[in-house]
Amino acid sequence: MGVKVGVLALQGDVAEHIAAFREALADRPGSLVAPVRKAAGLADLDALAIPGGESTTISRLIGKNGMYEPLAGFGGGVFATCAGMVLAADRVDDPRVRTLNLIPMHVARNAFGRQVDSREVYLDVAGLVDPFRAVFIRAPVATEVGPGTEVLARIPEGVVAVRSARHMAFAFHPELGGDLRLHRMFLEGLGV
Amino acid sequence: MKLEELRFGTELIKRGFASMQKGGVIMDVVNAEQAQLAEEAGAVAVMALERVPADIRAAGGVARMADPQKIVEIIDAVSIPVMGKARIGHFVEAQILEALGVDMVDESEVLTPADEQFHIDKAGFSVPFVCGARNLGEALRRVNEGAAMIRTKGEAGTGNVVEAVRHMRAIMGGIRALKGMDSQELVDRAREIEASTELVIECANLGRLPVVNFSAGGIATPADAALMMQLGADGVFVGSGIFKSADPETTARAIVEAVNHYDDAKVIAEVSKGLGEAMKGLDVHLLREEEVLQTRGR
Repeated sequence: MGVKVGVLALQGDVAEHIAAFREALADRPGSLVAPVRKAAGLADLDALAIPGGESTTISRLIGKNGMYEPLAGFGGGVFATCAGMVLAADRVDDPRVRTLNLIPMHVARNAFGRQVDSREVYLDVAGLVDPFRAVFIRAPVATEVGPGTEVLARIPEGVVAVRSARHMAFAFHPELGGDLRLHRMFLEGLGV
Repeated sequence: MKLEELRFGTELIKRGFASMQKGGVIMDVVNAEQAQLAEEAGAVAVMALERVPADIRAAGGVARMADPQKIVEIIDAVSIPVMGKARIGHFVEAQILEALGVDMVDESEVLTPADEQFHIDKAGFSVPFVCGARNLGEALRRVNEGAAMIRTKGEAGTGNVVEAVRHMRAIMGGIRALKGMDSQELVDRAREIEASTELVIECANLGRLPVVNFSAGGIATPADAALMMQLGADGVFVGSGIFKSADPETTARAIVEAVNHYDDAKVIAEVSKGLGEAMKGLDVHLLREEEVLQTRGR
């Protein structure tokens, strides 16, 4: 059976998320990957990707477009990266971002410093045999995770990959770099 | 994690940074107060400047990198990325901006060029660069030098969108023209536009530039911003258009929303209501040759 995935398309690397999910679902006929810009687009989705971008900007546009309640109440699995991880959390160190409270964790924005401190590392992720080439770009970290949130990867700065129910969040960008193992892990966890 | 495999400033990190800006508005600011207003309005980044381009035009003389103290003041004021401008070819200004912690360097024709033959060798830096371009050849020469992002040059500080449109059409049209060409024709075209064959082939395959492409240089209203998005821009830079308008705060918010809803005329109409006077524009045809910025660097 096909899987329906939406990508929150308010700001950020939306096209990269769409391309990655389309490739990950190439062997699942009847699947659909589409950008979501309005609350109505969330209906019937199995999963939603919340992309990287600027969390303050995306948070503001969520409010402006009347999408806060529909997103906070989204019933499918959420695949959140970077700014998406900040939005998916239930606590953040910045009052300008209104979190969607999907994953119990406290997140710190820009935990690495300036852009020149952005980095690539080969990261051990629980559930993967070989390390994952993780690209951190002005990335956040989870400084604390709540009950029911499973830590999948951690670096000295903090937790950088988590799973909670059908949701997954990453401080780095699995949608960049062409390695789709985390997308496949997420899709398997959806149980569709 | 294997520490010996930790890497900084790779092509993926630099181009990835630019990708995170897509669908956003980057605003020129000259102090901490303006930077905070831009952040509150929903800007994805700010460009830290000594003066906005309209004032650079008015001031005349040699325009250089902003005072580092001003840049630090702006960096400290906001959580969104801060960009800074270096003169074309002035790699020491770029080194200084990188050392200050600027998130992206704009090698900009708005400042007086420091080198009339060479642009900065951008591949050697950890900080990503954005560069202006008027056509496909110019854009790909900058990418070949290591630019992680392109912006159309337009004609900065005029509040007149006509040159931004001309340059966006030239780049998008230049890419569309590659479609259907065989490999010999692509090699020939690369020679013609003085660009690397490899990059021309990559554009033909992707149907777009290999890096993010914003629009800049003359965007003054929400409608201008949406126009550039519909023409294919990944996002927009707004320079003088915000802080030279009658109501910068409302104009900033309106342009952010117009970019978000660039294909929804009802929303653009709504946000455009009652903005007051936009910046007073300049007719680019009346500029003297030495006043034209876009011809700096090629």
